Order: sequence, then structure tokens, then C-alpha cells
Amino acid sequence: MEKSIDEINRRIRDGSARVVTADEMPDIVSELGEEGALQEVDVVTTGTFGAMCSSGAFLNFGHAEPPIKMERIWLNDVEAYGGIAAVDTYIGATNKSVTRMESYGGAHVIEDFISGKSIELRAQSSGSDCYPRRSITTELRLEDLNQAIMVNPRNAYQRYDAAVNTSEDTLYTYMGTLLPHNANVTFSGAGTLNPICNDPNLRLIGSGVPILLGGAQGMVIGEGTQHSSAGSFATLMTTADMTEMNTDFLRAAIMYRYGPTLYLGVGIPLPVLDIETVRRTAVRDSDIMISIKDFGVPSRSRPVIGQVSYADLKSGTIELNNEEITTSSLSSFRRAKMVANTLKRWIEEGQMTLCLPTRFIDTSKQAKPMRETRKVVLVQEIMQRKVVTIKEGQEITEAARKLLKGETNHLPVLNEQGRLTGVITTFDIAKAVARPERKVKVQDIMTRNVITTQADEPIDIAAQKLEHHRISALPVVDAQNQCIAILHASDLGKLFKPGGGRP
Amino acid sequence: MKLLVRLIHDSKPIIAQVVKDTGVLINVDRARSDAHEGEEALVDVPDEACIQVSDRMRSLGAEVRILEEGIRHDEEECVDCGACISICPKKVFSFDKDWKLQVETKKCILCGRCIISCPHSALSLSY
Ligand code: SF4
Ligand code: SF4
Repeated sequence: MEKSIDEINRRIRDGSARVVTADEMPDIVSELGEEGALQEVDVVTTGTFGAMCSSGAFLNFGHAEPPIKMERIWLNDVEAYGGIAAVDTYIGATNKSVTRMESYGGAHVIEDFISGKSIELRAQSSGSDCYPRRSITTELRLEDLNQAIMVNPRNAYQRYDAAVNTSEDTLYTYMGTLLPHNANVTFSGAGTLNPICNDPNLRLIGSGVPILLGGAQGMVIGEGTQHSSAGSFATLMTTADMTEMNTDFLRAAIMYRYGPTLYLGVGIPLPVLDIETVRRTAVRDSDIMISIKDFGVPSRSRPVIGQVSYADLKSGTIELNNEEITTSSLSSFRRAKMVANTLKRWIEEGQMTLCLPTRFIDTSKQAKPMRETRKVVLVQEIMQRKVVTIKEGQEITEAARKLLKGETNHLPVLNEQGRLTGVITTFDIAKAVARPERKVKVQDIMTRNVITTQADEPIDIAAQKLEHHRISALPVVDAQNQCIAILHASDLGKLFKPGGGRP
Repeated sequence: MKLLVRLIHDSKPIIAQVVKDTGVLINVDRARSDAHEGEEALVDVPDEACIQVSDRMRSLGAEVRILEEGIRHDEEECVDCGACISICPKKVFSFDKDWKLQVETKKCILCGRCIISCPHSALSLSY
């Protein structure tokens, strides 16, 4: 048996369509069998609610008097794109406010617009004969705009890798807070409710298909950026009218030390046309496997350290190397279910009918890494090879003398074999002098847990270490842990000399 | 009720002293000692003995603040993601069967770790 999309739409219109949410489907199929389920169910609704960084909206403000062609634009101090004349802009979710960097961003502008707040628009222009005005400041509400159309380049990822951290430090990432030594694992995605997991071959999801986006009725534009169907990481580009959205399905968020992002509800109704649709929508959490990646390694290719299913992750703990680890979801399953339920209600009430894609999305596509034509700057290019060191057994006074003489306030400490065992700073010496409890040797007061770098490490990774640990120098060590140089935070400035640019 | 107890100068272990004087059981949730800022302890006492205990502590030279119960959870801001669950050392957070976040504030020791881990600024300390 097969059903046509027209037949399903006819049932939606006369109110007789049977609509279920994707998490209910596996049990229905077990109970009725595939043929039975096909006969019984007309539409399966899906949903997801989580951080979707690659989101934003096109806004049109209307013309001012005298008119301006806006070239630089800020909304509540968050910069918006100024390259699409004259009073159009695109506000991206992850842009940070120039005045409230850590607590406000593009996502907040979008949420504030939707919840009816007024937003300050500031814009500048170089002026022209047709657009003489040079600057403007005004307060705007969503209802004052001509258009506010959300267009999200990359939404509704099919899956996300789960994250752990084998390193010794807490990491703050787009996958949330990762505790050291694998003390927690974070993941994202709605599993059994995820739209693409219920249509992995993209037979039903494609251009023109209706969706719920942020609470509004919208549609799929087509493939999303970074779409990588071949690797089971398909994405979608989506759109909907921002004026119809609400904060049940759209929330600004801040990932600590990562920045702003937008939590969005996205759901897609799937018409149950044939047995293939039934099979695919019967997917359970336990069928969807994802990799656990080690975020302790700051590289594009983070090592995979295990495979788990969404069922494992949602149980609250997983086992990794014989240890039990607590899991944290970053997306909300409860809200994902609200998305699927809302779609279900819309369709039951005849407010939304379905259609098939007007263009299909390529399922053979695989995203490529970036082609880089300039080589990455390494630590060895700016490190200082002349490094003053001290031995563990030497007196503090000697350390103080060296610190005073040299232009550094970091002394790497070496053992008898010349290996790095600690570091001593002017602060350590000051502390020792303030509390002289018979601590006279360098080894009594040095910091033993030294953060180091290597000569062939990319400079940006070393810079991140300095910033993360709030320190001002890194000893550079070789494979034998011999201290061969030192990298000072102040040396990083060499890379950004005015007019020079980066080598 | 939670009390935040601070001792500015070196002094005797006043908690033991207060237990002895008042006969009230005091549970130490966490304690910290710092050469510059003195000692600080977060203690849990039965509600009815709160005034008695804090008065006695003050008379022994401690600075005492009565805290509201545990972490403050803003249900309006919370989206029930669960990012906080694996961060909390005391298992204050969990999901109910409908994936709604449950907060057992009684267990909270006010360590503050969950606050920055909540993407929606739904968690705060009330003191
Ligand atoms: S403050 Fe600490 S103990 Fe309290 S809920 Fe947060 S993480 Fe848990
Ligand atoms: S991390 Fe914040 S938003 Fe998420 S469940 Fe916990 S309190 Fe709610």
C-alpha cells in the first residue's frame, strides 16, 4: 500500500488525519506492524530544541528622512551586517555586543525583538548624493520594521558528537562546561524526535517543505551550510517570519567563555507515504549512535574515544573505560517534544498542510575542511630562546636576584637533569617573604603544575593557554621536557604590529 | 537553614563550641581557610535553631549571614536542557519522567559551580 500526499492533505483538511509524534512511532510500529502503521498513521511530527549558532534574521527598517544608506549598523550595540544597502541588515545570533561582550549578543537582540522590547538602532554612512545622511540613532520595535525574516544557514543538525575532556583543566566550550578527567559528558540533539534522523535519506525533507521554526510556520530552504549527509551530519537552511515567533520556542543563551547563541525549536512534519517512511520513523534512541570526542585536544580532528547511543546518553550516565560518567544534555528534550506536539496540533486543526520537496537535497555530499594557503604561525617563530632558569635546590634570594636582573617575571625551574619541574614568579617570592616559614629553597615555593608549550605548537593554541590559565608566560619544552625557550604574552604583540599584519 | 559563618581572626574552632553550648547539631557543608580572608564555613542547621545558633556564633566573634535555601532556580528562564545536571557535585538537579528539571535545593551546598554552566542564566545565588 502507498498513500499520496494529496490523500493525506485531504484528511488534514477534513480533520480525520491521524497525527503522532516521532517518539510514539516505534511502539505503534511494533504493535501494528509496518503495514498496519502505514494504514493507521498519516503524519509523524518531529522536533528539536537546542543551540543553533548559525541563525539570524534579515531586517528592513524603512527609510529615514533625510535618507541614509547604512554602512555600519549596531542593534543594542551588537554589530549587524552593513553590506546590503540601504536600510536592510542581517543580524547574526553569535555576534557579541561591543559593550556587554559576555552577556549580550545577536541572539538577545532577536529574542528582545520577539518579546516586544524596543531596540536601539545606530547606523553610520559615508553619505552620497542620493543618501546624504551620515548617522542615525533611533528606537525600534519589531512592529516598526517592514520585514523581519529569519533565515538560518545551518539548523537542525542530524546528530552532534558528544563531548568529554581528558585534560586536567575545566574547559568552557560550545558543548558547555567540560569537567577535567572525563568527569562529565555533554551532548546535544533530540534523538528519536530529531527531524533528519526520521528521514535520513531526505526523501521527505527538502526545499519548500513546511516546518515549525521558533514557533512560527516556516519552511526548509534547502541544504544547510556544512551539510554533510554522507557522514550522517546533514543540515538544513530554514526560514520563517520573525513576527510570528514566540519565546516558548526561541531563547537567547550564553555559553560561558564561548559567547552568545540562539536556542531554537525546529520541527518538521513527515507525511507517511509508504513502508520506507514507516521504517525510518520507527527509529529509537537506541538506534542512533554518536561518537564521543575528546575536547581536551584543541584540534579540528579531535580523537574519538567511544561510541554511544542517545538511549545511553539520556539514561543519565554512560560507561567509559569502566567508569560511570554523568551526562548533561545541552538541548531540551522537553521543548523538542513541545515542538512536535505543537506541529501535531496545527495539523490536527487543519492549520498546516504538507507538501513534498520542490527540490531534493543531495545526500552524497561531504563537507570539506578549509583549504589553507598560508602556514600557521608556530611558537618557535616568536619564542625567546634566551631563557634564564634556576635549579630546584637554589636559594630563594638567588631566584629573586635573577628575576630582578632579567626582564622576566617567570623563572623556569630545572632539576639536576635539566628537566623542567616548576616555575617561580615574583609573586611566589613575595608570598614567601610575607610568610617566611623556613621556606628558603626554590623547590619549597615553586609552582609545580607548570603549563607548557612546544616549539611546533600553533601560536593561537599557546595564546589560548595563556588566556585560559590567566598567566603571562609559557616555558617551551622539547620531547625530553628540557626547557628550550620561553614564550611571553607580550611577545604575541609582535604578530599584530601596526601596518605589519600577520606573517 | 544555611548559615555562612566567617571568622576574621584566628580563633578557636567555634563550631564545636556552639554545638556544645547549644546542643544543636550543625552540619558543615563546606569550609575554606585562607590566610588573607580568614575562615569561612557554610553550615546547615535545623530551622528552629537558626536564631539561637547564629546569636551564639556572633557572640564568639563570628560574622554570620543567614542564607536562603540553596541555589535559586528561575523557572521562566529555564528551558529544561539539563546542562547543570552533570556539573553539580551534590546531585541537586535531575529530570522527572517528562524531562522537566527538578531542583532539590535542600542538597545544595552553594558552591556556585552550576551558575556559569547554565546557558540561560536561570541559576543564581541569592546572597
Ligand atoms: S551551587 Fe553547587 S551544590 Fe548548589 S546546585 Fe549549584 S553546583 Fe550544586
Ligand atoms: S542548565 Fe539552566 S536552563 Fe538548563 S536545565 Fe539547568 S537551570 Fe534549566
